[in-house]
Amino acid sequence: MAIAREAEPVGTLKEVRDAGLDREDLLGVYRTMLLTRGIEERGHILYKQGKIPGSFYTGRGNEAASVGVATAMGGDDVGTPLHRDMGVHVVRGVEPWRIFAQYMGRADGPTRGRDGNVHMADSRLGLIAMVSHLPAMLPVAVGCALAFRIREERRVAVGWYGEGASARGDAHEAMNLAGTRRLPVVFVCDNNQWAYSTPTHLEYACETLADRAQGYGFEGVVVDGTDVLAVYREAKRAIEKAREGGGPTLIECLTLRMEGHAVHDDAFYVPKEMFEEWAKRDPLERFRTWLRDNAELTDDEEDEIAAEIKKALNDAIKRADESPLPDGKDVTDHVFASAEDLDTPHHK
Amino acid sequence: MAVKTYLQAISDGLRQEMQRDRRVYVIGEDVGVYGGAFKVTQGFQEEFGPWRVIDAPLSETAIVGSCTGAAIMGMRPVAEMQFADFVSCAWDQLVTVSAKQFYRAGTPVPIVVRLPSGGGFSGGPFHSQNPESSFAHIPGLKIVCPATPADAKGLIASSIEDANPVLYFEHKHLYRRIKDEVPDERYTVPFGQARIHREGDDITVVTWGAMVYTADEAANALAEEDVSVEVIDLRTIVPWDKEAVLKSVEKTSKVLVLHEDTRTGGFGAEIAATITEESFENLDAPVRRITAPDSPVPFSPPLEKAFIPQVEDVVAGLRDLAGY
Repeated sequence: MAIAREAEPVGTLKEVRDAGLDREDLLGVYRTMLLTRGIEERGHILYKQGKIPGSFYTGRGNEAASVGVATAMGGDDVGTPLHRDMGVHVVRGVEPWRIFAQYMGRADGPTRGRDGNVHMADSRLGLIAMVSHLPAMLPVAVGCALAFRIREERRVAVGWYGEGASARGDAHEAMNLAGTRRLPVVFVCDNNQWAYSTPTHLEYACETLADRAQGYGFEGVVVDGTDVLAVYREAKRAIEKAREGGGPTLIECLTLRMEGHAVHDDAFYVPKEMFEEWAKRDPLERFRTWLRDNAELTDDEEDEIAAEIKKALNDAIKRADESPLPDGKDVTDHVFASAEDLDTPHHK
Repeated sequence: MAVKTYLQAISDGLRQEMQRDRRVYVIGEDVGVYGGAFKVTQGFQEEFGPWRVIDAPLSETAIVGSCTGAAIMGMRPVAEMQFADFVSCAWDQLVTVSAKQFYRAGTPVPIVVRLPSGGGFSGGPFHSQNPESSFAHIPGLKIVCPATPADAKGLIASSIEDANPVLYFEHKHLYRRIKDEVPDERYTVPFGQARIHREGDDITVVTWGAMVYTADEAANALAEEDVSVEVIDLRTIVPWDKEAVLKSVEKTSKVLVLHEDTRTGGFGAEIAATITEESFENLDAPVRRITAPDSPVPFSPPLEKAFIPQVEDVVAGLRDLAGY
């Protein structure tokens, strides 16, 4: 018997309106999810064309979880998204061309070629760049929340991790500190069921990861991570609760990593039936169907949105390709920050 | 100006920063109600309240990691490791997250981690270490090792003011043993500017932290043998004042590098290599290192005495160099 609450699916348009989204918002969410998948699909192609060095990771299957949570965040809220959370960057307004520039190691990517793939963030948009050592960003998210608490600001931090990362100590320490101080932070676990090739039963022995929240003194909730509206509703509830001084929440979004760990991995270890079963719950297809059934999404609108996304991606790739590569002579620039670098909105 | 202990100077400096800048807060184990294991933050919670002097769970990763997040949100956190040894638990946060964030994402991380370090009182393998060299190897971290009360105060101010993660090593053996005049007003001591602790002409000793005093005593002994020893206190090892060292070597032509950390890969090796690379023609003898041996820090007094470089070890090293 699980301890955490299981979130109900979202039903009608009225229910969604009550949660704060009107039809325009819903179409915006749909566009963002399509754009997120489009960026990663086009990135995959660029990778195969040899235009992206290193490796390449996508969050296919996680679009509802990432976009749903990010849509629920306020403008002054901050977050530490990970490598399956491209949707968070897109919602927060990172321009797609800068993402492609990042993929290609160009000077105009958010890390100016210093780091690759989705290891990036634009701090002006309230995001902090992830590191590979998952879940090392959770204590950082808790620190943002601590700053808000010290200054008595009504802001919330969101920290992402996965079911694999849940096995490491940083996750425990972050949640324990957040729980003891009732900090305004929301923990989002993207449980996509595979940590590289390792299945969930080798990562944790409890029934759900959200159950662990009780051990830290706050609420845990399991939500269908392929249902963007349910994710949004639960994230909104948790974020506003944190904003009102109600402390942290742990939201576990159940999804499936629809591809391998990275492009080199064909995921032979994932049962074929599992892919087939979860393909029926593809978050994009699912939301499209919902919009057609509940919000009168028309063929014309779909065509219009598809054309718009295609153009946005083409333009973005073209512009990114015009961005120069960084100059090798600058390799040691920006190892250390100077006082002027502290002149940012956050530091004022 | 008043005579203060090294510990009081750190405490005063930190309090002054907290009084003048509301962004500065302290977090660590037992730093609040108890005032810190060594009482550096005694009375702070009464003065600044529980949200600026934060008693953390036993959780170095969360302490340092949360400082990074808060710093990016505009705060100026000062974390206390109860002992420098425990920073190993926060290695990932410092090395993986804080040190590389500005380089990667352009986000400065102005945090200070205070590290009570060093041995000499049977603290054993986990309460005596000097791990500065491990962190000196990590691009993006600054390393501060004050030896005097005046520097302890000035360097805590410059550490807090700095835009980068700063590891502030405070030597426990100096806490109450070393007293000196400390200015009352606020001031900073710049990074990368060595202090000539004692001028001399024949041999240069390059050192930092508690070993400054060991070097000074050894220099007294050599003075009686008509050998004049210059003692350079680096004050900060990232960045370190290469110019001051090379200038001294040019004058003396003989160098002894002294540190309490273990030998292999110790920061003394970096100094010795730099002198050899850049000032070989000025040397009249091979650069000599006196360091702790490559072992954990032992507990029992005779073993610990054999571990930590003693005045007589330095005297012997200086005599060898003098006669070379």
